[in-house]
Amino acid sequence: MLMRRALLIAVPYLWLLLLFLVPFLIVFKISLSDIALAIPPYTPTFKDGIAELISQLDFENFVFLASDDLYWKAYLSSLQIAALSTFMTLLVGYPIAYGMARAPEEWRPTLMMLVILPFWTSFLIRVYAWMGILSSEGLLNQFLMWLGLIGEPLTILNTNVAVYIGIVYTYLPFMILPIYAALDRMDESLIEAAEDLGCSRTQAFWLVTVPLSRNGIIAGCFLVFIPALGEFVIPSLLGGSGTLMIGKVLWEEFFNNRDWPVASAVAVILLLILIVPIVLFQRNQQKQAEAEA
Amino acid sequence: MRRLSWFNVTSLTLGFAFLYLPMLILVIYSFNASKLVTVWAGFSTRWYGELIQNEAFLGAAWVTLKVALMSSTLATLLGTMAAYVLVRGGRFLGRTLFSGMIYAPLVMPEVITGLSLLLLFIGIGLDRGVLTIVLAHTTFSMCYVSVVVSSRLVSFDRSLEEAALDLGCSAWDAFRLVTLPIIAPAVIAGWLLAFTLSLDDLVIASFTAGPSATTLPIKIFSAVRLGVSPEINALSTIMIAIVATGVITASLISKRASLRAQKEAQAAERASG
Repeated sequence: MLMRRALLIAVPYLWLLLLFLVPFLIVFKISLSDIALAIPPYTPTFKDGIAELISQLDFENFVFLASDDLYWKAYLSSLQIAALSTFMTLLVGYPIAYGMARAPEEWRPTLMMLVILPFWTSFLIRVYAWMGILSSEGLLNQFLMWLGLIGEPLTILNTNVAVYIGIVYTYLPFMILPIYAALDRMDESLIEAAEDLGCSRTQAFWLVTVPLSRNGIIAGCFLVFIPALGEFVIPSLLGGSGTLMIGKVLWEEFFNNRDWPVASAVAVILLLILIVPIVLFQRNQQKQAEAEA
Repeated sequence: MRRLSWFNVTSLTLGFAFLYLPMLILVIYSFNASKLVTVWAGFSTRWYGELIQNEAFLGAAWVTLKVALMSSTLATLLGTMAAYVLVRGGRFLGRTLFSGMIYAPLVMPEVITGLSLLLLFIGIGLDRGVLTIVLAHTTFSMCYVSVVVSSRLVSFDRSLEEAALDLGCSAWDAFRLVTLPIIAPAVIAGWLLAFTLSLDDLVIASFTAGPSATTLPIKIFSAVRLGVSPEINALSTIMIAIVATGVITASLISKRASLRAQKEAQAAERASG
């Protein structure tokens, strides 16, 4: 009985220790080492690794990151792109969630499924779908020219605009679902009460509905912001050479420049930046769970 | 009384058009006869024919399927265990670390997870291939499984398990005969989630795959980097069709099951009343 319990705990525990925690320590260690040591063929054993770690602590890579403004710019522009696109996703997602919550009861499971369905389809394909639409001879430009709104095709693909569209599109379900959940739980009679007490429809919306869906909004924003910050696929397919995002920089540092220590240092800093929103998100979720209990 | 205003109707229509039009366009253009993906030149299934003859894609599809089957099954096993430990395990040494390790991969950027696993595999001298992708996929998808399963474990009536134990079941029998059937829908949902996560993953697979094993997303990514291609449109259409069929079937089955459960509950009520 005790043996079995120990085994039940040990198997997933050890798995995560070995394949989640230890790899991070390795990243951390390599971010503090020289390129010559870390580049393949690089095969230290763990025993050597620990001895090396002590003797060769080296903050050179971080100094390099701080001195080269490419990295600063990439971090700042990732933050900016992630923040702005989260806000745009909220603007697009809220009316949809609101419409869903007000739809007749029997429609709602179908509407839910329609929001979730794109989430099950390949992320890569959903990003790829926009390449054909946004290109200079793509459908969007053809459509706008047919309407007579523009005389010659706009350049949208390979710019930051395309990255914003891509992030809003792919992460929209993450925004809609928590907001819908919050709106769905809301007591309808509160709005009636507000209207009876002299609020207009619009006032009731801003004074009652929006504050009551606050937790859904916060959860949705974190669910979009956190993955958008480290996004790689969207900037590399839809963005241009001028699109700086840290996920893309890390990828290029690793695969193109083969500079493993710098790639590791980039990863360590990205992680440090992410800790703040992740902790805030966790706290928000906990508060919500406590409020419900 | 809830009423849909014109504003609600418009935002729902535009919202769902935004979600579905890009994929619909992709599907339509996969039947385009022209090599130029933006010019419509008549209906044709030519690209599907070429896709079937493309051995590189078929090989990658096979690797992807193998990886997804193995990793989702392993992840379901480990994730269910982890959920059970989190919800029913009580206190043990390092519990906080354990739950941290379950939740952290959910919010970790894929580039970091991929990079760290690759450095581990190189550090221990494991050749990159199918095995390393399976290990990587299992690790992040078991966390999703455990979140799905633990939400079900939290919500179900524990006295059912206690009753089984009182009536002489061993702990294992109580789990097998009582707990497992009750959490089964969550376990199945977790497996499906793990399976699609594995099928979709590009970033982590790119880091952990060696030259001997290329998955479909890696293949697609390197093809579409050069631009839109009709063959990829055809491939995407097939993948969208499979997912849509799967999700719709699953939701119909679960709807039927819940209707049946409702009827049974009503019948039981009538019988007891």
